[in-house]
Formats: sequence, C-alpha cells, structure tokens
Amino acid sequence: MNIGLEHYLAVAAALFVIGIFGIFLNRKNVIVILMSIELMLLAVNLNLVAFSSMSGDLVGQIFTMLILTVAAAEAAIGLAILVVFFRNRGTIEVEDANVMKG
Amino acid sequence: MTQDLTTILPELLLALYAMGALMLAVYTVKDGMTGFLTWATAAVMVALAVLIGTREGSATAFGGLFTDDAFARFAKVTILLSAAAVLVMSQSFMAKRGIARFEYPVLISLSVVGMMAMVSAGDLMALYMGLELQSLALYVVASIQRDSLRSTEAGLKYFVLGALSSGLLLYGASLVYGYAGTTLFSGITTALQGELPVGLIFGLVFMLSGLAFKISAAPFHMWTPDVYEGAPTPVTAFFATAPKVAAMALIGRLTWDAFGGIPGQWAQVLAALSVVSMFVGAVAAIGQKDIKRLMAYSSIAHMGFALMGLAAGTAYGVQAMLIYMAIYVTMNIGTFAFILSLQKDGVPVSDIEGLNQFAKRSPGKALAVLILMFSLAGVPPMLGFFGKFYVLKAAVDAGMTWLAVAGVVASVIGAFYYLRVVYYMYFGTTEGQSQSRSSPMEAVALFGVAFVILAAVLNLFGLEPAAMAAAQALIG
Repeated sequence: MNIGLEHYLAVAAALFVIGIFGIFLNRKNVIVILMSIELMLLAVNLNLVAFSSMSGDLVGQIFTMLILTVAAAEAAIGLAILVVFFRNRGTIEVEDANVMKG
Repeated sequence: MTQDLTTILPELLLALYAMGALMLAVYTVKDGMTGFLTWATAAVMVALAVLIGTREGSATAFGGLFTDDAFARFAKVTILLSAAAVLVMSQSFMAKRGIARFEYPVLISLSVVGMMAMVSAGDLMALYMGLELQSLALYVVASIQRDSLRSTEAGLKYFVLGALSSGLLLYGASLVYGYAGTTLFSGITTALQGELPVGLIFGLVFMLSGLAFKISAAPFHMWTPDVYEGAPTPVTAFFATAPKVAAMALIGRLTWDAFGGIPGQWAQVLAALSVVSMFVGAVAAIGQKDIKRLMAYSSIAHMGFALMGLAAGTAYGVQAMLIYMAIYVTMNIGTFAFILSLQKDGVPVSDIEGLNQFAKRSPGKALAVLILMFSLAGVPPMLGFFGKFYVLKAAVDAGMTWLAVAGVVASVIGAFYYLRVVYYMYFGTTEGQSQSRSSPMEAVALFGVAFVILAAVLNLFGLEPAAMAAAQALIG
C-alpha cells in the first residue's frame, strides 16, 4: 500500500479530535488536559510536516519548529499555574476547579 | 535589513524595554520597583503611541511577514494607550492589596508586544507567534495573585481554554498552509483565485473559531465570566480592553489581507458569531449579581456588535468596527476605574446589591457611572450610541438588514441590565454597603471618561477620519 498525504491527514485529524475530546470529556485530572493540549499541537505538527514534505516547501517545517518551541513554553506556564492552583486548593481534579461557576 | 528594523522599531523598543525593566528590577530592589516601573511602562507606551501615530504610508518587513500600515497603526495606538491607562489607574489597587509585583508591568509590556505583532502580521507564522506571546503573558497575569484560589483558578481556566483555542487556530493554519502552499497572506490571496479547495474553507473556519475564543464571541465565550470574576480587578480591566482590540484587528487582518477575495465565505460565519454573541451577552447578563461578571457578558455582547461591522464585508464596516472598538475600550476603562474603587471595610467588593442607594453616598460618582452605563447601553447622545450607529449602518448598507434588526433587539434587551445598575444606585430600596474610595488616578479615569463620553458627541475627536484611513489601508 502506498502511504499518501491523505493518510497523514487522517491520522493527524484523529489525533486532533482525541485531543479535543480529552479536554472536554476528561473529568478527572488537569494533567490529562495538559497532555491533550500537547496532543492537539502535535497533530498540527504532523499536518504541517506532511504538507511540507508532499509539496517540497520548507516553510511548513519551519512553522513546526516554532510550534514546538511555543508548546514547550506553554507547557511550562501551564504546569506553573497548576502548581500555584494546587497550593491553594490542595487538589488538581477538574471537578474541584469550581469556586466560580459559569 | 536596516529598512526592516526601522519598520518594526516600536515593537523592538518595547521588547527591549521589557527585558531591561525585568533585569533592572531583578538586580535591585525587586517589588520595590513596581511603582516606578508601572509609570515608566505607561510612559514608554504613550511615547510609542506618539511615535506610531506620526508615521505615514505603509511598509512591509522581513519578506512580507510584518506589515505596517494605517490599519495596524490605528489598532496599535488604541492598544498602547488603553494598556497605559489601565496600568496607571490600577497601580494603587495593586499596592493596597499587596499584589504590586514588578513582573506585572513587564508581563503587560510583553503581551502588548505580542498584540502589536498580531495586528501587523502578514503571515500565518507571524500571526501565531504574536498571538502566543500575548496569550502566554496573559495566562500568567491572570494568576498573579498567587495566594488567591480565585485568581489561580481563573488563570488555570484561561490557560486551558486559551491553549485549546490556539490549537484550533493552528489546525486551521496548517490546513490553509497545505491547500494554499504558502503561509504568506499575499500568497493565500493568490491561491484563492480559480477553484476554491474545500480544505482552505475548513482552515478558515478553524482559524476563525480559534480567534473567536480570543475575543470571547459566543459560542466560544465560556471562559470569560469565570476569568473576569476570578482575576484581580486591574487584570480584568486589562483583559477587557487591549487584547480584545488586538484580536478583533487580527480577525480583520486575516479576513481581508488573506481571504479578502472571498468575503462571502467568512462574512456569514462572522454574522452568525455576531448574532449569537449579542444575544448571549444580553440575555445571560440579566441574572448576574457580580458586576465583574456583568462586565464579562457586556463585553461578549459588545464583541458581537463589533463583529457586525466586519461581517458587513465592506470598507465602511471595517471603519465602523475600528470606531466601535476605540469607543468600547474608552467606556470600559471608565467603568473599571469605578469597579476598582469599590470596597467595603477596606476589602474590594464587586456585588451589584452593594450599590443600593449609592447616589446618596457619592452623588458625583453616581452621575459619572450613570453616564457610563447609558453609554454602554447605547443611549443617545452618549458615545456608545455612535459606536452602535456606525456598525448598524454598515450592516444595513451591506444589505444585512436582518443582522441590524437583531442588533437593535439585543441592544434593547441589554439596556435592561445596564439600567438596573443605575436603578439600584438611585432608587434602591435597601441601604447598600459598598463605598467608593477612588485613588487619584482612578478618579481621573472615571471622571475623564465620563467627560469624554459627553464631549465626544461633537466630532468624536477625529476618530472617524483616522478609522476611515485605516479601513482603506486594509482593503486597499
């Protein structure tokens, strides 16, 4: 079987959807949400690299490098916020982030 | 190369200033520098606004990654001035509550650099980097009161939903890149000629939903009330002003610069977002008891009106959107200056009940708030009415009468809760407990904005020609 662009796109789309569902359906732990966010960003990277490779245009891979860097910064900030939240609340369960109801 | 650096000089200066300020504070007296840094940051921002305001013509830098035109300049001046105003007026609040950390002005500067990069973006990568620089700084700012459960919870919610929206935006960007073959806005415009690949439309819709999160347009608004309520009031005041202008200008930039060839495709998406936002903002605000939550729903409704201008898909619509955003920011600065001053026994409060019979306690401030609330509701001849007038006219001129009618209906529903605040202040039956003790800068902001709202009736202070030049620069 020949692996073409559409296969990569399908995998990336599946990963992206899993990431979104991980954020909305997960009622347990905020760490899982951070992992889901990473999954979404990696799905995007897969998309970009596949497009870049298929079209022979390097810009997509440069974009991927930038996303990887920003994702690292984002994870660092997310974990830092999670740590201060844990200090105040004593738990990181999603259900317990409920002081304000909206 | 020198030409490129000259073009991005304001962003460069602000970024260097932020890093210099950080170093200065870290190696000297740390939080003792906060007062000085706040004023210095505000001064730098005003100076940059003047520098940007005196520029003319349009230029691109770094092979089209960065665009400096009248549209970007209009947005940048609005962003810089509103950020400076919020910084200055929130200084005493932060000091009194013990959250005056030196990181605050530095983070605000960095987020403003991000916003300036956003409104000047000429490429999907530049767009993403600007947006993330803004967002990452704002996540931290939301949870700046580290020992407060509400502040950290607000930061956590903002982070999770902000990261989700960045993900949506990026997925859209990757599809646009794939089907257009380039990330440059000018290249995307070229790729749109001829048959339209369906992947591009998908990409556009994903990007617009990601950006709708950032401006808190319904149905992507769920984070707004919680974050507004939980974050410290100065931070809420900042969230309600500069980032909204930047994200709204970015939507204008993306739709016109990259997808200007197919207004029919995005105008309907923006129109749908606009209608839903106006009604969600108007209806959900009715039951609110907390004035910061009320302002959150108010900003959702206002974003709906601003989107109406963009949804019109005309140069006049872009002009109306810019005027609307400038007016919205002005009104919000005044309102938050008042909310900052509210307290009970020295503790900051934000419940609406506490405002009962407020007019008896401070008649002058009650009058200023009355002007602000009438303006937010869009009662003529206040400033807010003109903002609504421009966007409604843009929608009618573009043949979207149904959208304008929906806007008027939502505006009437929305007037209820603004007028309820006024009703409590003047005709409340029980005695409220809130006192308003304004610091000098809060008083200047409150009364200054109230005066501007009345005085701007004459000619809007030249806002209209500036916005027209900006809109024409964008649409070309």
